[in-house]
Amino acid sequence: MVEDHIQGNVATDAASPQYKFEVKNLSFYYGTFNALKNINMLLHEKQVTALIGPSGCGKSTFLRCFNRMHDLYPGNRYVGDIILYPDNVNILSRNVDPIEVRMRISMVFQKPNPFPKSIYENVAYGLRVRGVRQRAILDEKVEEALRGAALWDEVKDRMNNLAFKLSGGQQQRLCIARALATDPEMLLFDEPTSALDPIATASIEELITDLKKKITILIVTHSMQQAARVSDYTAYMYLGELIEFGVTDAIFIKPKNKQTEDYITGRVG
Amino acid sequence: MTPQFLAETSRPGRLGYSHRRHLRERFIETLLLLMAFVSVAITLAIVVMLVKESLVFFQQVPVWDFLTDTQWTPLFDNAHYGILPLISGTLVSSAVALLVAIPLGTIIAIYLSEFAPFAVREIAKPFLEMLGGVPTVVYGYFALLFVTPLLQKIFPELPGFSLLSAGLVMGIMIIPYVSSMSEDAMRAVPMHIREGSYAMGATRFQTAIRVVIPAAFSGIAAAYILGISRAVGETMVVAVAAGMQPNLTWNPMEPAATITSYIVQVSLGDLPHGSIGYQTIFAAGLTLFLLTLTFNIIGHILRKRYREVY
Amino acid sequence: MQNTKNLQEIRRLIVRHKRLDFLFMVIGVIALMIAILSFIALFAHMLIEGMPRLSWDFFTSFPSRHPGSAGILSAWVGTILVMLVTAAAAVPIGIGAGVYLEEYAPNNIITEIIEINITNLAGVPSIIYGLLALGIFVYQLGFGQSILSAGLVLALLILPIVIVTTREAIRSIPIAIREGAYALGASKWQTVSDHLLPYSAAGIMTGVIIGLARAIGETAPIITIGALTFIAFLPPSPIKAEFPFLSFEWLTAPFTVMPIQMFNWVSRPQEEFQFNAAAAGLILVVMTLVMNAFAIYVRYRMRKNIKW
Repeated sequence: MVEDHIQGNVATDAASPQYKFEVKNLSFYYGTFNALKNINMLLHEKQVTALIGPSGCGKSTFLRCFNRMHDLYPGNRYVGDIILYPDNVNILSRNVDPIEVRMRISMVFQKPNPFPKSIYENVAYGLRVRGVRQRAILDEKVEEALRGAALWDEVKDRMNNLAFKLSGGQQQRLCIARALATDPEMLLFDEPTSALDPIATASIEELITDLKKKITILIVTHSMQQAARVSDYTAYMYLGELIEFGVTDAIFIKPKNKQTEDYITGRVG
Repeated sequence: MTPQFLAETSRPGRLGYSHRRHLRERFIETLLLLMAFVSVAITLAIVVMLVKESLVFFQQVPVWDFLTDTQWTPLFDNAHYGILPLISGTLVSSAVALLVAIPLGTIIAIYLSEFAPFAVREIAKPFLEMLGGVPTVVYGYFALLFVTPLLQKIFPELPGFSLLSAGLVMGIMIIPYVSSMSEDAMRAVPMHIREGSYAMGATRFQTAIRVVIPAAFSGIAAAYILGISRAVGETMVVAVAAGMQPNLTWNPMEPAATITSYIVQVSLGDLPHGSIGYQTIFAAGLTLFLLTLTFNIIGHILRKRYREVY
Repeated sequence: MQNTKNLQEIRRLIVRHKRLDFLFMVIGVIALMIAILSFIALFAHMLIEGMPRLSWDFFTSFPSRHPGSAGILSAWVGTILVMLVTAAAAVPIGIGAGVYLEEYAPNNIITEIIEINITNLAGVPSIIYGLLALGIFVYQLGFGQSILSAGLVLALLILPIVIVTTREAIRSIPIAIREGAYALGASKWQTVSDHLLPYSAAGIMTGVIIGLARAIGETAPIITIGALTFIAFLPPSPIKAEFPFLSFEWLTAPFTVMPIQMFNWVSRPQEEFQFNAAAAGLILVVMTLVMNAFAIYVRYRMRKNIKW
């Protein structure tokens, strides 16, 4: 069933890919509104998967299922499974603590949302939440995360400045560093460059390509070019349904589905 | 043919300019400006009034004596005009009030803004609003006839009038004020900043303490400062429950007068207009005005700051 | 292996954090309960003490030296008359000032002074207003210790409330409504009087009611103008039998109001008077609660009905 959605020859990937997540019959409701309809999908470990589709198609809603952000608001309901491998656990299950899920799966938001704290404290936040107090560990991790987010050289001399003082692109990289500092197993990006200028966008995209060596990435994007540039797999969603999912090149060169083709060629959206 | 209604209001072929309408608009605008200016006039009148009467007072009583004399007995034959006893009473009762209002108000604000389910908030908020709407004289009654006897069961030596019981009740009275303003400040912190914290696996409490409160800090500080101003200027609770004897003390278990309750006490008597006794209340009033004005200005600067951030 | 060990540690941590979360929630509920229970205690105490005194006679009798036969006739009549003066002064001026600041005021230093001034006025202790009224209304203008003086001082006191709510109500009307009116050829004042004021009427009304509820309970400024006297008569009637049928003599009459009457009774040592105080307090609280509840209801309805 799931395999039906996958186009192109997945098996040709040399290091036969591991699955990180399996989405099974996932539906989602905001109150009575059915925002996601029976989605099935496989996410490959250490690959970038992009979610594209017109606004309101449910791609952000889908992304926010992965770290259970919907649990924060009353009236939201998940149906179906998102299985995390290798644990083989359904992260949507009632028995799974959303806080644990969020500690293992980090997220970067649409608008940079640094905390009103210093640059250092922003990156250290996730560690502090875990109760890490030793300065040496914090220093090391903060530096590592900032280097990982390609921000270290720009901020190393002003770690105690307020994060608000950074530019938009720097703020977003700071948010990425914040997400990286806790060594997550997966990073969720919710249109991370929609509030940024083209130069900042390019640096974030470069970063994403870099990060996938270590980490599984799921990214929602409003820009098809971005999906084509950064992702290995692409999913096209429309009105809460997964219309087509497959290797990015295949989707963009030879979409199977008429709706996908219309969207990609710019007739919809 | 031109329809009747058009012919009346416009001439065909030309765009006119109605001077009468223009004049009327100008007149209305001026009138509204004057109404807006009433508030400035009130402030000016307050300042002029207080300063004018106080100047007369300070011609007879040196400012130095006013600020350092430890006795306030303006109505005795051997009159002393030291504001310190009134200040001490004001500070002690306000301190007791704030020890109640600030912790409880802050906890309630955090609870309502970050923890409470929607239904609880919808019920609790109007309830707190009503709590803040109860007339202060009623709180005075409550302090004197309910809280004092209750406290006397715990501290049998507590006198019938005390700063403690007036302060406690004043604190309860100020809770809604502190909590609603702090909550406003916390709710002004945008949701996406909270989400950033939750996405890191933080709990509600961690998010509240580490992210929301620092972000809303200046707004919460403003709530505290304005709460202090409120406590310092509160009149009826202390007038009813704290006794009206000027008493230089830092002990909340004693009765004492505050600046406000002194003004009430003088007003209750029949002091002739223009006498020095009459002028003392303006000097006391000026002191109070300056105290609260300072707090209010600090509070509003802080409030403005948090509004600018988001 | 490293990973599973980490995971176990994380789980232990989460359990601890959640315990803290729960603990704070309990503390929060307790704090809320303290506030709510004190109000209930206050209300219940007055109810128990004051209820037996509540009878028809209590409303129709004048104050008296005998607690058993004392009533609040002059107090509630006085309160109503003072409120009339307060509303007549505060409503037009407050709305006018609010409209000016929201729709007319240019962005200059004078406007800023007015705005800063209004926020600061809202924080001035009420007793200071009393001193102002004592100096200006009572002596300078010669109104004496009258209903007029009391009504005016309370009007000044609630002016900031009326101005702020008027501004908020007008501000919430979208620009499109104004543009729609202008596009039809309306002048500025026509836009204000035909559209903005009617559409914001409910919001302005909540402000006026909340302001009056505050004014009804204010005691300190009225004591300061020297109105704490024994009043066992009613002010002259505003309606006369002969032309022009209306009389304004009542404006300059001495008076008492509900909170003053209550204060008077509270400060008597005899316990019987304290029962009267409880009864008067009960009526006062119910009045302010009803007014506040009405304002909250109007605001709630408004939020539900208007979607712009």
